[in-house]
Amino acid sequence: MINRIVVGAHYGLRDWIAQRATAVIMALYTVIMAAVLLIVRPASFEAWQGIFANGFIKFVTFLFFVSLFYHAWIGVRDIWMDYVKPTGLRLTLHVVTLAALVGYAAWAAAILWRL
Amino acid sequence: MSKRMVQFSIYRYDPDKDDAPYMQDVSVELEPTDRKLLDALTKLKAHDDTLSYRRSCREGVCGSDAMNINGKNGLACLQDIDELKQPIVLRPLPGLPVIRDLIVDMTQFFKQYHSIKPYLINNDPPPERERLQSPEDREELDGLYECILCACCSTSCPSFWWNPDKFVGPAGLLAAYRFIADTRDQATSERLDNLEDPYRLFRCHTIMNCVDVCPKGLNPTQAIGKIKDMMVRRAV
Repeated sequence: MINRIVVGAHYGLRDWIAQRATAVIMALYTVIMAAVLLIVRPASFEAWQGIFANGFIKFVTFLFFVSLFYHAWIGVRDIWMDYVKPTGLRLTLHVVTLAALVGYAAWAAAILWRL
Repeated sequence: MSKRMVQFSIYRYDPDKDDAPYMQDVSVELEPTDRKLLDALTKLKAHDDTLSYRRSCREGVCGSDAMNINGKNGLACLQDIDELKQPIVLRPLPGLPVIRDLIVDMTQFFKQYHSIKPYLINNDPPPERERLQSPEDREELDGLYECILCACCSTSCPSFWWNPDKFVGPAGLLAAYRFIADTRDQATSERLDNLEDPYRLFRCHTIMNCVDVCPKGLNPTQAIGKIKDMMVRRAV
């Protein structure tokens, strides 16, 4: 096969917006958690457990982790796109990254709802 | 300003003679009237005519004498020589193939520029005199049309270094927005389609090296942001 330069995948905008939206979600979560920790001032394991027993906190924490992993997916994929040229190797790295991040998300859910 | 000696360290490479590029230490005595880096280069070339660089207008309009000056891209003709720390290190623009000494092969740069169709597309029959714009519409083109295509910006952009064949680069994207923003142009949607690509536009991570080096004081990052804004408005 001849090696012609091919561009025009017609995506990128959604990822660009998602990277910004997830950044905002993570920033908001940081503010919410800072406020909660300042108000509750947990000093024991039970107090920390109490915070995360709350359904809302569980939800926003999970949302934070999903945002983090989506954000990381776009950033790490950008690194592969910049520095890894062979298509097969790049695709493999994409799949490995995705698998790891989906695994982390499931792990985060398991930890949160085990409490 | 008086006569003074100025030290240089210049990247030299003649592929016909040299196995590898090397840095050459030279010094030159400048007259009080020699104020710009290009004046010194002219003197240097008078002593050693094998030293090769591009130049033409010597006043920052043609964009020929772009080079890497003490680690930062700029035009030799606009650079005050006395502002530079010595020895003044001159290298060719980074990221493009070197033809000889300070001369680089700009083919890739112009390929990207051509890929955005840098001309007005309007299929209506031309009016008797000219296609008019309101002063407000015309104002949007300020800071866009002044680009001289010297390539200082694109060759200071890491995204362009890594993907010069796929990423349009700041100069090309500034030119792209110049036509997207033009109210007389009828191909806005096609132009946005042409750029909606993870490589062509979205390799820009807004590190703003382009803004830092532009000898004309233009802001490609802002133009790129406006293209993204238009894509969001089109999609959301």
